[in-house]
Amino acid sequence: MKFVLDADQRDFAASLDALLSSSETVAVARSWADGDSAPGLRLWARLAEQGVLSLATDATPVELAVAFEALGRYAVPGPWVESAAYLPVALGHEVEGVATVALPPHVPYALDADVADQVYVGDSLATEVGDLVGSVDRTRRLFSVAGEGRSDDAAFDLAVLATSAQLLGAGERILADSVTYVKQRKQFGREIGSYQAIKHALADVRIALDFARPLVLGAALGEVPASAAKVAAGDAAYLASRTGLQVHGAIGYTQEFDLSLWITKVRALVTAWGTPAYHRARLLDELVG
Amino acid sequence: MDLTLSESELAFQAEARAWLEANVPAEPLPSMDTADGFVAHQEWEKRLSDARWSVVSWPTAYSGREASLVEWVVFEEEYYRAGAPGRVSQNGIFLLAPIVFDHGTQEQQDRFLPTMATGEKIWAQCWSEPEAGSDLASLRSTAQRDDERGGWVLNGQKTWSSRASFAHWGFGLFRSDPQAARHHGLTYFLFPLDADGITVRPIAQLDGEAGFAEVFFEDVFVPDSDVLGAPGDGWRVAMSTAGNERGLSLRSPGRFCAAADRLIDLYRSTPDPAYADGVVDAWTKAQAYRLYTWGTVTRLADGGEMGAAGSVNKVFWSELDIALHETALDLLGPEAEVESRWLDGYTFSLSGPIYAGTNEIQRNIVAERILGLPREVRK
Ligand SMILES: Cc1cc2nc3c(=O)[nH]c(=O)nc-3n(C[C@H](O)[C@H](O)[C@H](O)COP(=O)(O)OP(=O)(O)OC[C@H]3O[C@@H](n4cnc5c(N)ncnc54)[C@H](O)[C@@H]3O)c2cc1C
Repeated sequence: MKFVLDADQRDFAASLDALLSSSETVAVARSWADGDSAPGLRLWARLAEQGVLSLATDATPVELAVAFEALGRYAVPGPWVESAAYLPVALGHEVEGVATVALPPHVPYALDADVADQVYVGDSLATEVGDLVGSVDRTRRLFSVAGEGRSDDAAFDLAVLATSAQLLGAGERILADSVTYVKQRKQFGREIGSYQAIKHALADVRIALDFARPLVLGAALGEVPASAAKVAAGDAAYLASRTGLQVHGAIGYTQEFDLSLWITKVRALVTAWGTPAYHRARLLDELVG
Repeated sequence: MDLTLSESELAFQAEARAWLEANVPAEPLPSMDTADGFVAHQEWEKRLSDARWSVVSWPTAYSGREASLVEWVVFEEEYYRAGAPGRVSQNGIFLLAPIVFDHGTQEQQDRFLPTMATGEKIWAQCWSEPEAGSDLASLRSTAQRDDERGGWVLNGQKTWSSRASFAHWGFGLFRSDPQAARHHGLTYFLFPLDADGITVRPIAQLDGEAGFAEVFFEDVFVPDSDVLGAPGDGWRVAMSTAGNERGLSLRSPGRFCAAADRLIDLYRSTPDPAYADGVVDAWTKAQAYRLYTWGTVTRLADGGEMGAAGSVNKVFWSELDIALHETALDLLGPEAEVESRWLDGYTFSLSGPIYAGTNEIQRNIVAERILGLPREVRK
């Protein structure tokens, strides 16, 4: 019994962190939102080289969770959940290039279908890709699609796990940036981080994230359903985003300020791959029988 | 990363489960905060101890099984899963004993640990004072040196001492050097609650039972042999107890997993979709707490320390406990006000954010020691 990442898993996390911290991911995400996918695709290729696309077929869900936490922490754009978690399991093989999928009703749109080499509905290629619809997260380019294919429960659960890990990473990033900010920003002659209202709000975020993480890792190990991880990671990351915005004041409310990338991403991911209500109902079914 | 138990841990688990299944009282015992209930709980402690299940992590010489941290948590899970009674001995075995092992003399260990393990002597924690709650270091009860008799003379008043209404011994901090700075000059004492000069006045709690008490000290003599750790070093010694209380030992995850399972049963018998989310969240959080604890156990077993993480833990379990019980009362509907095990659990849960350091104080600790935010301005 060892419920912490082992040395290899920590090394993998560190190597992704090193890659992403030197990749100007904020600029990549902003270009992606503006329809210039070139920097994003270059980053895609480098992450693929690190094995992120083959995690679902060649590694364990724990490594997958480690990778998606990093993707969330750095706001990496692109249909990663679709290409690295859902499709490899649903299709039975690793995907080539960039692929995306819609799975109505829980995944009504195909993310980044304009950039993808293949667009699926369930396990079949889409017959038609419609228009772009705007997401709260500008880096998520959503497209309506037509077609019919079967959905796969195991693949869905892995996608839910990946989304949960991404939420966790995004929440951690918002908390870290908020802590840095409240230690610098002064009002009434003191750092705002010395005021108890601010401290307690951020402490609650720390606590929520600390207790979401074991559910994400526990779901990766099959100890709890993926839905439990999604509910907890969604709640924790959402609390982080609301609190993060509040402690930043007006600057946090601007699109120009980078925090906005994570605040909007968390809002989108809370309902992506199953809403909280859906996952709670699913858990209830399982528990009550 | 894995959550599988080893062969020997599984064997330990099976043995504990079998014993508990055969021995846990079919009917819940009366409240340990009543005279009858206290005795019934002491009898249960004796039964546990006779089978060497009362203090599994202790050395065999003191009726333990030298169980590892993993086995201890496994035991706690089994204990609460089996519906076994709350531990009337918990102040002694969970809060005081680790300190006696670390700071006590051999003579103190031999004198105090055996009767703690059997439940013969029940201990009360006498820290809080009427004017010293969250700001514990401002405590005023005094200890004066008595060289002639080789000991100390205690005066003052402690309050909110859980179990003190019926307990036999107390442990507490007293100011032994009035000149020293706040956190210095405190000494950690052990004393029988029936000593000359001690008066215990039970205080009824929200549920009407005397779960805690005030303790008055009037020229109470305590020999040097009942000082725990070095005189003047009481704060440091005591703070290792506080870590235990907030951290692992006081609220093992088994309690919440068992309560969440009972909540699911309650939902099955009185399903009300309006409260379904509360049921799911209680279960999910109990699982989060269980898994988080395994992470803590791994870190501690690898030589890590609990530190401020105990504060993260404390806020979480205390809020989970209230939310879980509120959901149960919601499900009970108009019956919720009628005496029941759920109502007892609910009332008790309300004290969680207050004792063991209030949740406001825990959040300060999380913010300052984990997030690194500036310390509060304090006098
Ligand atoms: C059921 C129960 C059992 C107990 N058992 C024991 C026991 O066995 N032994 C023992 O010694 N004590 C025991 N206590 C006492 C407990 O430790 C104290 O109640 C606790 O430390 C708080 O102290 P207080 O009640 O004096 O509240 P106060 O310290 O007066 O606090 C009142 C309120 O003010 C807030 N507050 C205080 N300071 C700050 C601050 N700096 N920042 C923000 N908010 C602040 C508190 O959080 C709280 O909300 C028990 C209490 C209860 C309820």
